[in-house]
Amino acid sequence: MTAFKDPFDARHRLTPGCSCGRHASEAEHAADPATSDGRAQRMVEGAVMRALFPEDATRRAFLGAVGAGTAIAAVNALFPLATATEVFAQGMPIEKKDLKVGFIPITCATPIIMAKPMGFYEKQGLNVDVVKTAGWAVIRDKAINKEYDAAHMLSPMPLAISIGAGSNPIPWTMPAVENINGQAITLAVKHKDRRDPKDWKGMKFAVPFDYSMHNYLLRYYLAEAGVDPDKDVQIRAVPPPEMVANLRADNIDGFLAPDPVNQRAVYDGVGFIHILSKEIWNGHPCCAFSASKQFVTEMPGAYQALLKAIIEATAFAQKPENRKQIAEAIAPTNYLNQPQTVVEQVLTGTFADGLGKVMKDPNRIAFDPFPYESFAVWILTQMKRWGQIKGEVDYAKVAKDVFLATDAAKLMAEAGLTPPTSTTKTFSVMGKPFDPAKPAEYVESFAIKRA
Amino acid sequence: MERSLSLRAAILSLAILAGLIGAWHFATLPTTGAAGDVDPEYAALVSGSAAEGQKSAFPTPADVGATLWKHLKDPFYVRGANDQGVGIQLAYSLGRVLVGYGLAALVAIPLGFLIGMSPLVYRALDPFIQILKPISPLAWMPLALYTIKDSGISAVFVIFICSLWPMLINTAFGVASVRKEWLNVAATLEVGPLRKAFRVILPAAAPTIMTGMRISIGIAWLVIVAAEMLVGGTGIGYFVWNEWNNLSIGNILTAILLIGLVGMILDVALARTARLVAYRE
Repeated sequence: MTAFKDPFDARHRLTPGCSCGRHASEAEHAADPATSDGRAQRMVEGAVMRALFPEDATRRAFLGAVGAGTAIAAVNALFPLATATEVFAQGMPIEKKDLKVGFIPITCATPIIMAKPMGFYEKQGLNVDVVKTAGWAVIRDKAINKEYDAAHMLSPMPLAISIGAGSNPIPWTMPAVENINGQAITLAVKHKDRRDPKDWKGMKFAVPFDYSMHNYLLRYYLAEAGVDPDKDVQIRAVPPPEMVANLRADNIDGFLAPDPVNQRAVYDGVGFIHILSKEIWNGHPCCAFSASKQFVTEMPGAYQALLKAIIEATAFAQKPENRKQIAEAIAPTNYLNQPQTVVEQVLTGTFADGLGKVMKDPNRIAFDPFPYESFAVWILTQMKRWGQIKGEVDYAKVAKDVFLATDAAKLMAEAGLTPPTSTTKTFSVMGKPFDPAKPAEYVESFAIKRA
Repeated sequence: MERSLSLRAAILSLAILAGLIGAWHFATLPTTGAAGDVDPEYAALVSGSAAEGQKSAFPTPADVGATLWKHLKDPFYVRGANDQGVGIQLAYSLGRVLVGYGLAALVAIPLGFLIGMSPLVYRALDPFIQILKPISPLAWMPLALYTIKDSGISAVFVIFICSLWPMLINTAFGVASVRKEWLNVAATLEVGPLRKAFRVILPAAAPTIMTGMRISIGIAWLVIVAAEMLVGGTGIGYFVWNEWNNLSIGNILTAILLIGLVGMILDVALARTARLVAYRE
């Protein structure tokens, strides 16, 4: 590589070499065992330190009193750091390198998709094929049939598969959430003067799947406005790619859909964005990375490597400065197959609303891999509320079995992220607080319900 | 006279084509709307027609021609698992159709032969065949995916099950309606059963069997597009679905044209074969 590759690039490195200066190129730097070992050691020490001193103030006081070197020695005495470092740095042997991961072409799948063109899978020593799939039922069946080793699913689907709603019960896991927020309610342009959901009686809406956050959020939103989602409107499951075509043909009046479908409807002049889903519940999970329990237990090495790649990709996607680059990587035919500007508007949050205004909301979509168990409990309460599951539900147990929060926390720490200290958190949906400790009372508290 | 008729027919065909394309061209002419006061920042974020407050337009014949040429120029590229040339996609579809159809022929023709030879079996099986025959391929799909547990084999199975019935019925019908005189002659000459089947019944029933095969290949080609749209991955049906995803009407029209062309070639090939076994009484 010549030093003057682009003479108009002011930031081009003039001296050949890597970021630390000790290697001839960035590639050699990454390949050098000394630097990556050091990183792993640092990470493990960091994780142990954080675990010992969850309070930053105490940690700092301790370090101030004894000094960093003594602290490491002290921690070393308590915890076999050397062994732990070795285990983490080497990882487990990967049982199977060639993996297939299914995805639906929507921006929720961003970490799963971008990990392929941007080399996150390769970095973990995996050769992953990301396969575009036609719909949620097909991706479920292909994942159950083991054609895919892991798959992009809607976060309620692993719960539904595990408890046998809409399919045979098969133990399923969801070790990482892909994205939070990132959905929207889009209405046909002809409804631009009917912005109050109270006026929506008799309309026809589409959601991607029965077991989806979209379905639960739309039902929640309608029910809060006093519209019974089963009696006053029609909600049907339509695969995302068919939604814009149906909206254009006046078959439906609107939809609560994943992006880029909403932005695509705007791009084609068919619909406008009524509200973003973050206005219903800011920080709601949407899609998930999921695998069968069998894959997790039979191939722990491959599973861990895959999950690590996804979590690192998610961390990369969360940074706003990377979003344009990601849009460029995932927009081509091989992945999302959308005009690049559409994907870019979704990811950067500077978008056309379909009514002539440019909106700016950097949190339109965010990426946070942590699968809070309280998310699962909320989803289960909605399944119960709308009669998708009958009888008694052990909310906490199902949530713990399916949302693998501890795995995610461990790998997030390894990827240099700070996992939350608790696996549950409280949140509120449209101003109504949700207490994950009292799911049954929560279901009872709604006026419109099927349970 | 004969030649002038086909010449005139060709001219008429061309005139109809020109008329259709002309109508299409004028129907899709871009309307130069008076929408000067659009915020340029907004206009940059949406397609041209959406900026003018309209739905995106149907492509013109010239657009579709350009798309078609782009695909025909480079039909065999591979840019990753989900983006391959239209030639490769057609080859995948043809492969699936030929396997499913071949298996169906292997089952339907011998079975149809046996059914046709025995009026009792013919009557007994008839209700089953009549019920199974009109089932849409897409109705079989969930069942196939659930039981076979492999999407590729499921697609082939759907082709198989849908192209089975016309061949089965036609073979049985052809065999059952071989003229009694010929069978009687064979009986008089004390022909063995195998020889009778191959030297008398098969040639007599061949044209009907070929008709069944011709109907079946048409159905198989119809079915593959639907099946691949559902299962995805590869094939011309997946191509259509993927471009539908992108609302790219130009690419979809290209695929439609190619599907029609390949279907016609398959049909003509079987029609030629049928002529080989035809006979005059």
